[in-house]
Amino acid sequence: MGNEAAAFGAIHAGVNVVAGYPGTPSTEILETVAKNNDGSIHVEWSVNEKAAMEVAAGAAYSGARALVTMKQVGLNVAADPLMSLSYVGVKGGMVVVSADDPGPISSQTEQDTRTFAMFSKLPVFDPSSPEEAYQMMKDAFELSEKIGSPVLFRPTTRVCHGCASVEISDSYDKNIPDGFVKDTQRWVIFPRTSFLNHQKIEKRNPELGKELSSYRFNTVTKRSGRKGIAAGGISWAYLNEVLTRIPEAKDVSLFRVGTPFPFPEKAALEFLDGLDEVLCLEELDPVIERALIYTAGKYHLGVTIHGKHDGCVRTAGENSPESVLSDVGSFLAVKIPESRKLPEKPETPVRPPVLCAGCPHRASFYAVKQAMKGKKAVFCGDIGCYTLGNAAPLDMVDTCLCMGADVTIAQGIKAVDKDTTAFSFIGDSTFFASGITGVVNAVYNKNDIILIVLDNSTTAMTGHQPHPGTGITMMDFFEKKKEGIREDIANKVSIEQILKGIGVEFVETVDPFDQKKAVETVKKAADLSGVRAIIFKAPCIALEKPKALYEVDADRCKSCHKCINEIGCPAISMKDGKAFIERTLCYGCSLCEQVCPFDAISQKGGAL
Amino acid sequence: MTKSILLCGVGGQGTVKASRIIALSGMEAGLNARTAETIGMAQRGGSVVSHVRISDQPIFSPLIPKHTADVLIAFEPAEAVRCIDYVKDDGVIIVNKKAVTPVTASLSGSSYDGTEAIKYLQDNFSHVKVIDGDAICEKCGSDKVLNIALLAGAAASGELGITVDGLKDAIRKQLPQKTHEMNLKAVDIVTEG
Repeated sequence: MGNEAAAFGAIHAGVNVVAGYPGTPSTEILETVAKNNDGSIHVEWSVNEKAAMEVAAGAAYSGARALVTMKQVGLNVAADPLMSLSYVGVKGGMVVVSADDPGPISSQTEQDTRTFAMFSKLPVFDPSSPEEAYQMMKDAFELSEKIGSPVLFRPTTRVCHGCASVEISDSYDKNIPDGFVKDTQRWVIFPRTSFLNHQKIEKRNPELGKELSSYRFNTVTKRSGRKGIAAGGISWAYLNEVLTRIPEAKDVSLFRVGTPFPFPEKAALEFLDGLDEVLCLEELDPVIERALIYTAGKYHLGVTIHGKHDGCVRTAGENSPESVLSDVGSFLAVKIPESRKLPEKPETPVRPPVLCAGCPHRASFYAVKQAMKGKKAVFCGDIGCYTLGNAAPLDMVDTCLCMGADVTIAQGIKAVDKDTTAFSFIGDSTFFASGITGVVNAVYNKNDIILIVLDNSTTAMTGHQPHPGTGITMMDFFEKKKEGIREDIANKVSIEQILKGIGVEFVETVDPFDQKKAVETVKKAADLSGVRAIIFKAPCIALEKPKALYEVDADRCKSCHKCINEIGCPAISMKDGKAFIERTLCYGCSLCEQVCPFDAISQKGGAL
Repeated sequence: MTKSILLCGVGGQGTVKASRIIALSGMEAGLNARTAETIGMAQRGGSVVSHVRISDQPIFSPLIPKHTADVLIAFEPAEAVRCIDYVKDDGVIIVNKKAVTPVTASLSGSSYDGTEAIKYLQDNFSHVKVIDGDAICEKCGSDKVLNIALLAGAAASGELGITVDGLKDAIRKQLPQKTHEMNLKAVDIVTEG
C-alpha cells in the first residue's frame, strides 16, 4: 500500500520521531511505522494535527528527522505552527505528509495541499504511485535538511490506498540527533527575524525551482509534434495508461511534475519550447496549469495552455482513466472508439454508507430522538462515524462542519434561536482533538447546550486508532491490542473528569443500549439549563465479538415496520411480509428487541 | 499477460481482503500488481469497489479502464449491475446470489431481491456464474468463506490469472491457519460442484 511504502521510506531515511492524527487516506502511514518500530522511533497519535506538528517541530529543532502525518483538512488545524515554522525553519529533516482526497471520497473538502505549499512557501513532493511514495520520502528528508525547512509531501487517495510491488532498500540511514542547542535568534520567532527570513525564503524558492528542474521525478519528454501534455500525481499514471491506447499521441511532448512547488521552471521552459498547445491533467486545483500560464506569460511564449480554466478538464472530483482518455482524445481531436451499448440497467437500490448493525451511536441517537419527540431541538453533529446519524430514519444530524464544531455551533444557534434545545454530538476522539475548548467556551460564557459524548472507546471511522481516553499509545498499541481494550491501563484520560474539571455540573454516563435509562437521562438534562453533558458509553462493534444474535418470530411479527422505520438497522429488512434479521450482519445489540411493540424479536443462538 | 479484476460488494463483505489475495498471489508468481481499494467512510455498509491488475508488463493505472475488466467478482447482485460498465464484452462475471437489502430500500418498501439484477447479467453476458454464497457458507460452517468461494469461481474460469491450485496455495500462505480447512472446503465445493 502507498501509505506503507511512504512509512518504509521514512524508516529507511532514519526517521526518529513520527507524530500524526488519524485521517483517511493518511492513517496507515503512522500505523506502519509503529508496527515496524524496533523501539528506536518515538511514534505517537497526537491529540490533534496541531499538537503533532509541534511535537515534530521540537524534535526537528533538536536535530531529529521528524515525520508528521495527517489528511488535508488536518493541515488546516496544523496551519498555525506550520506557517510560522516556514519562517523559523528546522535543523533535522522534517516532512509533513498531508494526504489529499479528490472526489472527495472520505472528506469534507477537496482542498489541495499543493496550493497550501504555495501559501506557506514550502516545497511539496507529489508522488504518482506507491513506488514513488517510497522513493520520494527519502528525497524529501534530504531536501528538508539541505534547506533547513520543513517540506510537504502530498499523496492522494489512489496513491495512499493503492497497492503495488515496491522494491525497498536493505540499508538504513542512521540519524543520531545531537539534541536541542539553545539559540534564541533562531528558535524564537520575532517580527524582525521574520522579515529577514521572509526575504531569504523568497530568494530561495525560485533558485530551488531551477534546481528541482533536474529532479528525477520532474521529467520532460520532447517529441516532434506541436502539442504537449503536462500532468502530476495519479493523473500521470492515467495519462501513461491512456497513451498506450491512442497511437496518434506518439508525437506529443510530455511534462511530468513531481514537485509542483517551487515550480521547476527551467524544465517547464524546455517542455514549452516549440509547442502551440498544452493540456494540463491534474486533480483538485489547477496548480501546474497556473504555473505554466504564468511561465508562458513571463517569457512571452505563444502557447495556449488548456485545462480547468477553459473547461477542457473537469474542475472537481477525481480523474480516472476514462476522464483522461476523453480529455486527451478531445485535445488531440482523436475519436475514441465507442464501447458496446448495454441495454438500460434494472434499477439498483442506492447504497449510501450507514451506521453498522449493532453500532452504539444508533442507540444514542434514538434515545435523544425519543426524549425530544414533539419538542423543538437542534442536533449539531461532527466528524466521525456518527455523521452517518444524519441518514433516514434517524435524521439526527442537522449540522456538520469540521472537527469540534458541533460544540460551538450549537452555542451560536442557541444564542439566536432561544426557544430551541441545542444538542451537540461529539465522538470521544474528536472530543480530545478539538471539543474541549468548545466546552470551556460554553461554561465561561454561560451558554446553554446539551453535550452528548458518543464514547465508543476508539477512533472508529479511520480504522480504530487509540486516543487519550483509551490510554493505549502507539509505542505499545500493537502489543496490547491483542489483549483487547484493557481496563487496567493507568494513564487513561477521563472525559467525565475533564468535564467536571471544566465546571460542567450535570455529567452523567449511560449505556445507550439501556434505552429506558438513556431516554430518562436526556429528558432530565433537557429540563435543566446551562451546560449539561451525557456520555453515552458503549464500545464500537469492531472491538467486540458479536453477542448472541436476534431473530424475528414471524408469528408474533405484526408487520408494523417499526423496527425498520424507526432505527434503520442494516441487518433488518422485510422478507415475505415479515421483519427479518440477517444473521451475517446482526451483532446482538438488542435495540430492535427494545423497539418492537409486540415482543416478536428475541435472542437466538450464536454467530456462525 | 495482463488481468484486470474488479471486485464489488457491500462494505464489510471482505472485498478488500479478496483483492489483496489476488494481488499478493500475482506478486508471488513474479508479476507486477496494482490495486485501488475503497477504505474509509464508504466502507460502512456502502457500495465498495476494489480494482486489481496483475501483469508481466508494467502497469500504469491502478484503476481499471471501463470496458476492459477480464473478471467481475460481485459479492452482491445489484453491485454487479452498478459496476457492469467496467467489464469487457466477453468478460467473466462471478456473482453471489444473495441480495443485501440496503436500509434505503427497506424504508421505501422496495421489493429488491437481486433476481432482476442477475437476469440482466445473464441476458447480456455469456460467462456468468452465479454462486450461492449462503449455501456454501452454511456447508463450511462460517460466513467468512464468502470471499474465497467467489475467488474460487473466478479461478475456475481460467481468467483470474491464478489457478485453483494457486488459490489453495494462497489460502495456506496468506490466511490464518485455523481458517484453512473451511476455506479449502469452500474452494472444493465451488470448483467441484
